[in-house]
Amino acid sequence: MPLDPSFVGRTYPPTAPYQVGREKIREFAGAIGATDPAHHDPEAARALGHPDVVAPPTFPVIVTMAASSQIIEDPALGVDYSRLVHGDQRFAYTRPVFAGDELVCTNTIEDVSTRGGHGFLTTRTDVSTVGGEPVVAVWARYVIRGEA
Amino acid sequence: MELPAQTFRVTRADLVRYAGASGDFNPIHWSDRVATKVGLPGVIAHGMFTMALVGRAVTEWAGSADAVVEYGVRFTRPVVVPDDDQGTEIEVTARVREVTEDGLTRLEVTATCLGEKVLSQARATIRTAR
Repeated sequence: MPLDPSFVGRTYPPTAPYQVGREKIREFAGAIGATDPAHHDPEAARALGHPDVVAPPTFPVIVTMAASSQIIEDPALGVDYSRLVHGDQRFAYTRPVFAGDELVCTNTIEDVSTRGGHGFLTTRTDVSTVGGEPVVAVWARYVIRGEA
Repeated sequence: MELPAQTFRVTRADLVRYAGASGDFNPIHWSDRVATKVGLPGVIAHGMFTMALVGRAVTEWAGSADAVVEYGVRFTRPVVVPDDDQGTEIEVTARVREVTEDGLTRLEVTATCLGEKVLSQARATIRTAR
């Protein structure tokens, strides 16, 4: 089923706040082998002028992928999850993510198209603090593979 | 200018650990049975894990944990991770495309596995180290 192009420009209601935990940042940094003390040691992070440990650059995907289920699972849009492949991913930072941040995601569908039997879906997630401070904008492009 | 190459070894254990840390438990990243059933050559690394390793390389080149201002990739080819202790290797290289007047450095990054490009249009903008 082709994706409905009328969804382009649609913005979804902000998601419930995600509390960024210090241990989650440490766990994520450990899983990718990132040993910079600023990811692990609050004192090292504070010495650089940060409020707490700093998340590695792709950490926000934990928050945005969970939030994008709002789009992927929207029955009206009709994405077949079993055929979904991650195509592109991009982050544009206003500032890094720190432990203690409470992050809210606002999802927008930027583009929907069908080409060569495959569907393409580009989402933009604006991640900000509960106080409204912008943190990072995150784009993902998904390919929904057509029936062979 | 070329930056020194960095190599990352990836084993099944790394994928399991990344799945737990990231919350992405798609079985194609840990089950051969499921991966082959959907037409993959075997268990593949999370694209976001590859992106995270490349992000780590960029952060290390920059010399500071918070240096990345912008970072984007296209996932072109899956990284197949065999079920043995050696796993596979991802090699990351980069060249400086531009240094802007306001102190930003734009990098063109290349990530390969077994000689094949696994990411394309991989670009990062970093703040020059303090």
